[in-house]
Amino acid sequence: MHKRLILDSRLLDITITRLCQQLIENHDTFEQSVILGLQPKGTFLAKHIQSKLQELTGKEVPTGYLDTTFYRDDFRRRETPLLANTTHVPFIIENKKVILIDDVLFTGRSIRAALDAMIAFGRPRKVELLVLIDRKYSRDLPIEPHYVGQHVNTILSQRVLVEWTEKGATENAIWLVDTQDIPA
Amino acid sequence: MPSLSVRHLLGIKDLTREDIELIFETADTFKEVINRPIKKVPSLRDITIANVFFENSTRTRLSFELAEKRLSADVINFSSSGSSVKKGETLLDTVNNILAMKVDMIVMRHSSPGAPHYLSKHIKANVVNAGDGTHEHPTQALLDAFSIREKLGGLEGKKIAIIGDILHSRVALSNIFCLQKLGAEVMVCGPITLIPKYIQELGIKVEYDIRKALQWCDVANVLRIQLERQQIKYFPSLREYSLYYGIDKNLLDSLNKEIILMHPGPINRGVELTSDAADSQHSIILQQVENGVSVRMAVLYLLAQMNQ
Repeated sequence: MHKRLILDSRLLDITITRLCQQLIENHDTFEQSVILGLQPKGTFLAKHIQSKLQELTGKEVPTGYLDTTFYRDDFRRRETPLLANTTHVPFIIENKKVILIDDVLFTGRSIRAALDAMIAFGRPRKVELLVLIDRKYSRDLPIEPHYVGQHVNTILSQRVLVEWTEKGATENAIWLVDTQDIPA
Repeated sequence: MPSLSVRHLLGIKDLTREDIELIFETADTFKEVINRPIKKVPSLRDITIANVFFENSTRTRLSFELAEKRLSADVINFSSSGSSVKKGETLLDTVNNILAMKVDMIVMRHSSPGAPHYLSKHIKANVVNAGDGTHEHPTQALLDAFSIREKLGGLEGKKIAIIGDILHSRVALSNIFCLQKLGAEVMVCGPITLIPKYIQELGIKVEYDIRKALQWCDVANVLRIQLERQQIKYFPSLREYSLYYGIDKNLLDSLNKEIILMHPGPINRGVELTSDAADSQHSIILQQVENGVSVRMAVLYLLAQMNQ
């Protein structure tokens, strides 16, 4: 199986710490800031970012989960049906600085859907995008992240696999895998 | 990834338990959507849905229309009064004319049992049965079961009594199928003339004493007396019916347990339910109406994906 380790658990922790330091530089006291993790996989990273920020600043940044299923542009264009996850936004985002969080940025279509989904909850003052892995040269839309854990060069047949212990993995790790090796 | 096992929603009888659970899980997410400041998602923006109603309806039609609009579908409404149906056009011709205008889904209510089944065999569009005569009313059964699930946490092992005019009720039949598929126990209760002769064969209990039925059940789903479908007299008078089968606050208070009261509407206040019972804390009648929109959104959303 062609599987290459991009980040192991130690490097991942360092990366998350760096991303949090960058957030602290830009968001200062986090008074007007909120975190929105994208369902399903961005929510794990959002939780890690939230707890690391709490460790570094002592503040608990309000964190919600946003599901983009109903806003996607590939509805009725896929073989398998799209089923939604829960959306949980327990705060007002009107006039807030929103930090959108996803694990992997690929074509940018999920982020486009996320922007639409987010607007249904109000008009934020500013929206920033944080991703752990940016798959370079693969964007379909003009969307670029503000905070990036690592840039990775990939080809279409590869996939980035993000494993979290919360999801049953033995340790947190990010892998680059050939698609044919991923069980359906 | 799970998907529905059917292309049309013609009746609960055709659905599997997994289908019903998938609809409920999807309805949960839509319930969250319709409680947002902007209660609309763009999922069905490329779909046109025709609501074709050959029979009167308030709740069901409004609920479907709202569900369609919340999903951003284009909606056209048709009702047989004031239409060419009065000039002798057949059902299939009427629907084919509507479909010629590029309609993707048909939501139909018709007074003849089996009308949507007939239609589904002759057209390409997805068909949703919004009530066919005295046969089935699947979305009502789904929203009833969804409301019970929401209130009691699940249906498995729960006892549901369906009370009233079982003979003329499509809601009763769909409810029986739906509740049984989800593992609930079902009883019907009403005057002997309004209970179909062989209904026990569906594996349900039959009771003629309303007090015993209420004492047995966790949930009472009370149905309307459908005078418009009764060609002969099934009981001496409405007053007598309400004396023997009407539910009031005193009756509810005299039970040694709390039960949940449901009604698919429209209520005939003072006949099957008195106002103090219908408006009591036992009643989840308005929650049923609210859940109707989310459940119908789930049905339309899931069926639209089957039409690829």
